[in-house]
Amino acid sequence: MNAPFQPEMIALDRLAVGTRARVASVDWGILDHGEACRLRHFGFDEGVTVEPLHLGPFGRDPIAIRVGRMTVAIRRKHAGAIGVIPLKQ
Amino acid sequence: MNPLPLVAVAGSPNAGKSALFNALTGARQKVGNYPGVTVERHSGRLTLADGRPVEMVDLPGAYSLEPASPDEAVTRDVLLGRQKGERQPDALVIVLDASNLDNHLRFALQLIELGLPTIVALNMVDLAKRDGLELDPAALERELGVPVVETVAVRRRGVAELQSAVDDMLSAPVCGVHERVKSDLIHLQRRAREIATAAVISETPVRRWTHRLDAVLLHPLFGPIILAAIMFVMFQAVFAWSQVPVDWIASAVAWLSAQATAALPPGLLRSMAVDGAIAGVGAVITFLPQILILFFFILLLEGTGYMVRAAFLMDRLMHGVGLSGRAFIPLLSSFACAVPGIMATRTIDDPKDRLTTILVAPLMTCSARLPVYTLIIAAFIPNTRVAWGVGLQGLVMFGLYITGIAGALLAALVLRRGVLKGGGGGFMMELPKYQWPPLKDVIIGILTRAQIFLKRAGTIILGTTIILWALASMPQAAPGQKQSEVSIAGHIATGIETVVRPIGFNHDIALALLPAMAAREVAVSAMATVYSIDSPDEPASANRLRDQLRHRWSLATALAFLAWFVFAPQCISTIAVTRRETNGWKWPLFMVTYLFALAYLAAGATYWIAVAAGLGGM
Repeated sequence: MNAPFQPEMIALDRLAVGTRARVASVDWGILDHGEACRLRHFGFDEGVTVEPLHLGPFGRDPIAIRVGRMTVAIRRKHAGAIGVIPLKQ
Repeated sequence: MNPLPLVAVAGSPNAGKSALFNALTGARQKVGNYPGVTVERHSGRLTLADGRPVEMVDLPGAYSLEPASPDEAVTRDVLLGRQKGERQPDALVIVLDASNLDNHLRFALQLIELGLPTIVALNMVDLAKRDGLELDPAALERELGVPVVETVAVRRRGVAELQSAVDDMLSAPVCGVHERVKSDLIHLQRRAREIATAAVISETPVRRWTHRLDAVLLHPLFGPIILAAIMFVMFQAVFAWSQVPVDWIASAVAWLSAQATAALPPGLLRSMAVDGAIAGVGAVITFLPQILILFFFILLLEGTGYMVRAAFLMDRLMHGVGLSGRAFIPLLSSFACAVPGIMATRTIDDPKDRLTTILVAPLMTCSARLPVYTLIIAAFIPNTRVAWGVGLQGLVMFGLYITGIAGALLAALVLRRGVLKGGGGGFMMELPKYQWPPLKDVIIGILTRAQIFLKRAGTIILGTTIILWALASMPQAAPGQKQSEVSIAGHIATGIETVVRPIGFNHDIALALLPAMAAREVAVSAMATVYSIDSPDEPASANRLRDQLRHRWSLATALAFLAWFVFAPQCISTIAVTRRETNGWKWPLFMVTYLFALAYLAAGATYWIAVAAGLGGM
């Protein structure tokens, strides 16, 4: 399911470290079944608050992201499938 | 007789499930395998207040009943009563991380829907409090409709309460178990969030410890430096800390050897006991301290949560050679032993990623190579200091480890470009909170390893040592002949020698290579046996073996021998586990072939270069 286009939406891999944002849409179609399952298990879902915390030392990949109360690491490529709207600080 | 009631412990990864299982069942656990799959089955026994025993089984951690890995599939199948080799549990203990309820409750809700008698252990409430989170277990109990017990498994808090709750649960009648769960994941997730919110009494935002530590340990510059430093300290410690206990064991072996020599009449029996059993097994047992120190570090890194951070730091580089950061943990475990390392690859979801990791895992320097490396380094590399706190011997050892790693990365790169092309591969991992692992759990882990090693020393190594002793002692050499050349083993070795002569290996090495197929460390005991048969008047000991090597090998040969052991797949157990994990002979045969080819080339190149550099003389 794709959310309607929202102008302020950006891909999660472009969100700056330390910026909180709300997940607006997840493009499940570009993920394979296992990857989509894992992301769901981690709690990625529309409406959830996320925040990038750390970047990998080489090529700024992978990204450590806070989702709800847990911290997970995913690759930049997969973060690109998640559209977020930055929250006003 | 009715079987004991079976209670399963289930929960998401990082909920502290295994710590709770250890606290409930104690150190007496059985580790087995589920039939047909390579997922470990951990079981133990819990004794209720009135003395009734209950069988407990620790299910693999899972995020939901929709499996994304073979481990999760086992958890689902056991819970639904579909797993071969396991009856359906009579009751369930669900372990939740108190500070991660919104995620963990989703799996809990799925499990409660199954309709089995269930208790929820609200674990790690101390860490939640540290993070400023106060929860209301009564509210949780109301929302979930099952008993909730607060626990801190690592400190054994709440364990008695949990035991009595298990007792109550087993006494209550069971009314109907559902075949499957109806609610969909998204619905459950939203419900989980609602319940989690309802159970929070108060939340004070605090700067979390884990976040502060991660700011340093995952720092783009300091993170990799700290990781390299930890690895370096680990391998230096394996040498430095083991010195004293190794000397103790060596003198105990020497004492035993002298006692046996005095007690037994000269002849075949004495030769078998002293030159065969004591010299062979003694030479290998000496390395127990080093193996245990290495395992201590690996268990500590795993228990604290640092191992996943290491995977995070390494993912991009691993990705560069076609592996994922997830492969880092199996590969790091392979430094202890490739067998658990290869088994740990089942956490890798992508089949080609996984196969590549399996094929390169034996290149990680396992602890069984340590006896070989230590012996050769002690004999040929001077014990000098390169810089403050850095010895030359430790540096050479470090170099051997690095060579193995470089070989593995290169092999992975070639495999991913060639036979294992394609497949995306991914990296998705939870970064758990840092935690100091309970000493008891670390000790249980180390003791299990010690037991496995000693059992191997007592069976495979003792057996091959005695067989080799027999082959090497018969027929008896006439005066003036060398025993190691006229014996049966000598003739077999002569055949191998023609193949390995070009890479600088002598007759003794050829003799040691064959039994070392059983396990690498046998090479040491094999040489100890051969040399002590050749010179029966001298007492067997590690120092004696070292001196004999110095007289018989050139430095070029010693270096070539080290290079050989970096690559050679000399371990029946590894080949067997690869066959099991890949369901056939194709990949283990491929692995053995390419590793022997690499070993031959590496040893050859080392030897030729060393000879050219003038190190070919005695």
